[in-house]
Amino acid sequence: MGQKININLQHVTRVEGHGNIIVNATNGKLERCEWQVPESPRFFESMVRGRHFPEIARITSRICGICSVGHQLASVKATEKALGIEISEQTDKLRRLLKHGENFDSHILHVYFLVAPDLLGVSSVMPLAASHPEVVKRALAMKGVGSRWSGIICGRSTHPVRIVPGGFSKLPTKAELLELKKLILDTVPDVKATAETLQSLADRIPAFERKTEYVGLVDSVEYGLYDGRIGCLMPDGQRTLLNVEEYRSVTNEWVSPLSTAKYTRHQMDSYMVGALARINLNFQQLHPEAKKVAESLGFSVPCYNPYMNTVAQFIEAVHSAYAGLDLIDSLLDAGLREEEVPPIQPRAGRGVGAVDVPRGILFHDYEYDESGLCLSANCIIPTNQNHANIQCDMDQLVPAMIRSNKSQAEMELSLEMLVRAYDPCISCSTHYLDITFVK
Amino acid sequence: MSRPKVAFFDFTSCEGCQVEIANFDQDLLKMLQAIEVVEFREIMKETCSAPLDIAFVEGSFSREKDRARLQKIRQRSRLVVAYGSCAATGGINALKNHKPVYKYKVEVYGADATLPHLETQKALPISAAIPVDLAIPGCPVNRDEFVRLVSDLLHGKAPTIPNYPVCMECKKKENICRYELGDTCLGVVSRAGCGALCPSHDTPCEACRGFVDTPNLNSLVDVLVKGGMQPAYARIKAQMFTANLVEE
Repeated sequence: MGQKININLQHVTRVEGHGNIIVNATNGKLERCEWQVPESPRFFESMVRGRHFPEIARITSRICGICSVGHQLASVKATEKALGIEISEQTDKLRRLLKHGENFDSHILHVYFLVAPDLLGVSSVMPLAASHPEVVKRALAMKGVGSRWSGIICGRSTHPVRIVPGGFSKLPTKAELLELKKLILDTVPDVKATAETLQSLADRIPAFERKTEYVGLVDSVEYGLYDGRIGCLMPDGQRTLLNVEEYRSVTNEWVSPLSTAKYTRHQMDSYMVGALARINLNFQQLHPEAKKVAESLGFSVPCYNPYMNTVAQFIEAVHSAYAGLDLIDSLLDAGLREEEVPPIQPRAGRGVGAVDVPRGILFHDYEYDESGLCLSANCIIPTNQNHANIQCDMDQLVPAMIRSNKSQAEMELSLEMLVRAYDPCISCSTHYLDITFVK
Repeated sequence: MSRPKVAFFDFTSCEGCQVEIANFDQDLLKMLQAIEVVEFREIMKETCSAPLDIAFVEGSFSREKDRARLQKIRQRSRLVVAYGSCAATGGINALKNHKPVYKYKVEVYGADATLPHLETQKALPISAAIPVDLAIPGCPVNRDEFVRLVSDLLHGKAPTIPNYPVCMECKKKENICRYELGDTCLGVVSRAGCGALCPSHDTPCEACRGFVDTPNLNSLVDVLVKGGMQPAYARIKAQMFTANLVEE
């Protein structure tokens, strides 16, 4: 006791986008504890207004360079609902396969490049290139698989070039799908090695629990990622399922003076989205191989430790690898058909599309006029939905750390690791597109 | 010889250009034999006080308060490279420039639009705030072009970016013209260097790399209208990635 804590981390490192952690305490008394989001606002909602429907996914893709696949998929799903466009079974399967590719890619990036340095006690992946070259080579190889996976299906993993309302402008060939299958199969040893590395470091993941609400897609077809309804899980085990069109009743956004992004709340002061939320909601639908990995890592549900989001991400990456292999087999067994995207007749209408991107549930909501020009848009990004939960975690964690006389350096690291565990995509979350019409 | 010290910085952007660099796979390790990355907030905690040989800047200049941060980067660095379209031309961010500031703030944040942290201004290229030595367009940046241009810079060779339209590359790929397929396309006036990526995947060019130096934009509108586009839309069509380069 008696110490002065003055944490002022401006622009937390190894996260996507800009966030600050501010904590002040004197003589054990907490004066200030804030998670701030100072990212530059970008106003995507205004950008898409007045633009023609085929352009919208290409514009909103640019909200995020890491989950641009997910943004494009949510976008075309919303446009398809608004304009009454049906997609084929093959398109549905290809999109699910693509979604798994993005999930694998993004989770590997986060686990290895952003989180692993903390667990290995270094500042970044750079010194690891000299001290643990085999780990870095493995990380780059797996990241490469993720990126090529998306590339084979949609032309390019960052801002895809083949995803259009109604399907794909161009399809992968059978040979390319076989190449992808081989890529994934060849990465299995790396996946197993990663599980072993993670197992050896598991005791370095902080033990902290806070009961909160978990929100994510729940899909009757598979583990919720590409499609489904909004699932809400409360600490007492109560589950609610809502249609994606009802998303506003879950997100209930409000503007915080701490953030250029909006905050959300549902049945509690905050809720969490992302891999930990999905796995708490959908554990039973994980691939058996992913369940085995979960068991080897001592992971079970429900899990209330936000730091375990990283572990949940890795379990999901394993799931996506095996679910991806199953989808490739299913596509090849059915025989890949050359399908043209049917011509689209614009009509006035509104549509909501939801996908669960690596960082959590994402909503795109568009309204079009009869000529297919966008009248209004609303996109609610996962990290937006996590900001309030991060703040609530800090509100419980910081006083506990003060009580146990943690040093400032220990507190700083714990808080940075907490923020990183959420894998926040902050630049994304402030590309918030909600619209309130000027009366 | 010591490796040149380089650092990566980001401003208003999606950070997708950084991700494209991370997608180099094992080639990234080869690249790290030629350059020393000393600061890169998205993946590193380390910072550097020594002068930088190259600062790579991603994102647009869209807030006056970012000017000082950019000036500091300029002072620290021998060369400043604006990479990706947001940094090179303002990119997609500039699509908002055609709307009055107050209006789009209210559209997005409603009654809270006057909060000071929501400050914004027109999205502009980095060169609007500080002199840049090289601007590499592309949304996202093209990995191979990035390596070629950086290598040229480090070897004292003048880096060159094509000043001919995407059509040139598209023809070489023997793609069927989008106009022949009943579509429209901006490849006729857009800066090449991407290998006509989008038309090669059966989608139209949206000019993400900006225009060639002297685009005939009146002729572009004529071509778009002949391709079936409404004249009013044809006039704003190219604003998606080139709003700073197109008249109202």
